[in-house]
Amino acid sequence: MTATLTTSAPILDTRQPSPTPGGVVGRCLRQIRFEVTDYVRHADTLVFTFGFPIIMLAIFTSAFASQGTIPNPSGVGAGLTVGAYYLPGMVAAGLLLSGVQNLAIDIAHEKSDGRLKRWGGTPMSPFVYFAGKIGQVLVTATTQTALLLVVAHFGLGIALPNTAQAWRTFAWVWLLGLTASCLLGIALSALPRSGRSASSVVLPITLVLQFISGVYLQFDGLPTWMQNIASIFPLKWMAQGMRAAFLPDGFQQLEVGQAWHLGQIAIALGVWLVVGLVLSRLTFRWIRRDA
Amino acid sequence: MTHDAAVQVRDLHKHYGSLHAVDGVDLTIQRGETFALLGPNGAGKSTTIEILEGYRRRTSGVVSVLGTDPDHGDLGWKARLGIVGQSTVESDRATVRDLLTLTRGLYPDPREVDDVIEAVGLEKKAGARCDKLSGGQRRRLDVAMGVIGRPELLFLDEPTTGFDPEARREFWQLVHSLKDGGTTIILTTHYLDEAAELADRVGIITGGRLLDVGAVDEIGGVDARRPVVRWRAADGERRTLVTDTPASVVAEIVAHTGGEPRDLEVIRPSLEDIYLSMISDNAKDAA
Repeated sequence: MTATLTTSAPILDTRQPSPTPGGVVGRCLRQIRFEVTDYVRHADTLVFTFGFPIIMLAIFTSAFASQGTIPNPSGVGAGLTVGAYYLPGMVAAGLLLSGVQNLAIDIAHEKSDGRLKRWGGTPMSPFVYFAGKIGQVLVTATTQTALLLVVAHFGLGIALPNTAQAWRTFAWVWLLGLTASCLLGIALSALPRSGRSASSVVLPITLVLQFISGVYLQFDGLPTWMQNIASIFPLKWMAQGMRAAFLPDGFQQLEVGQAWHLGQIAIALGVWLVVGLVLSRLTFRWIRRDA
Repeated sequence: MTHDAAVQVRDLHKHYGSLHAVDGVDLTIQRGETFALLGPNGAGKSTTIEILEGYRRRTSGVVSVLGTDPDHGDLGWKARLGIVGQSTVESDRATVRDLLTLTRGLYPDPREVDDVIEAVGLEKKAGARCDKLSGGQRRRLDVAMGVIGRPELLFLDEPTTGFDPEARREFWQLVHSLKDGGTTIILTTHYLDEAAELADRVGIITGGRLLDVGAVDEIGGVDARRPVVRWRAADGERRTLVTDTPASVVAEIVAHTGGEPRDLEVIRPSLEDIYLSMISDNAKDAA
């Protein structure tokens, strides 16, 4: 028995070795491709993270179609349909879902089902791993926002901004908000104690934030104490920044202090970005290492 | 510490509160050697292995794996290891080929994806999603992930759990091929025939202590492996005799009974017999 086994021909290394293309850039790009493929194969994520803002916008537009328009509070210029008023909030919610909700649940699952531990036993660098995650979020959030705007414009007849300045505001709020969301998602993934509890820990947090931050409910209609709580968290600032980009200037009278406060938005999101970076650096482990 | 050893462990301890999971283990494994660590569940096998892999921190003792303390192993060190952990991953949504291709890209001198897929017998499943594989197929994938980086030192923690007998023989062939290529292998298994087939030396661990370490055909000492002669005497009673000279004993029986003895057996204790008697002796001593 032993003889027949040991005298058999080599069964490994029969092919000429081929080089692995690229250095760390190649590794990052392969990792992003791997992560994006993983994302689209996950039905839960496609519905509750990717599709959610689009579904909600469609529901809002149809449900409030009969309520006419929200008048321009400056008294000058046209008003907005309910759908048009809520579109910026939905864009902001998409950033929160794609970053925080997606990564927090995804990484918590990876940690509990052994995938993270397995990477920890390979020469995978945390840099490449997180490049994959952040790349995944960039790709999926870009697609999500684009799809949301296409559906809003061509499907629901919502006018999009037509000034370069508005699109510049959109661009930096989008990028800053999404980066902060990514890092906060990575940090939040340390919180669920198991993969099974990941959704039930993370979903209520993102859902409550959406309700108190002016995504589904007009922010100036919320009680002051709720506005104050929401102002601690980043989603309120992302939604406000998106309103600054998408809504006519007259609508800033509905904001706290009757202005868009772009400077405050940049500071708030910048602070959250740093908080997310520090927390994810402090909490991330390939495995729950014992003492 | 000498650098020709793949693994050196001196007085290793791992305590969880009052539980001493590993309680003073000394071990040296040479390069190119296949070493099997055997013991009942909870004996400290996996804890020891995971300390060597860098997954767990030790309470005390000195550990060197490929010349490096696993607590401070960097990515270059990890690139020289292959790890097949005890638990398998069930939730990869990637295909077998995609997962192996991505993993391959992490190593400086990896094996070819198709070579590895063939070696573990997953050719027909190369394009299938990993989470659609059966338990045995997933275990083969774990082995493939462990060898794709062309490791100098390969950890196999109960690698053939869930394999059918044929798959186990194919796996043995793969391990022989790796041994021939000079890979150092550390194996844990509950299948003693597997340890006897693959290992150069075995260590038997229980209660966090190594009871004995030795070559497969020497462990347990001379007494433990003395042959046993069994037969049925003329009066119908079963007789058993432990002897160093089984042939002479059989000749005597034939001369005495004047014919072919019934139910004659000459048994050399297998690794499994020796292992079981050592574990039970140890339990008696402890009681």
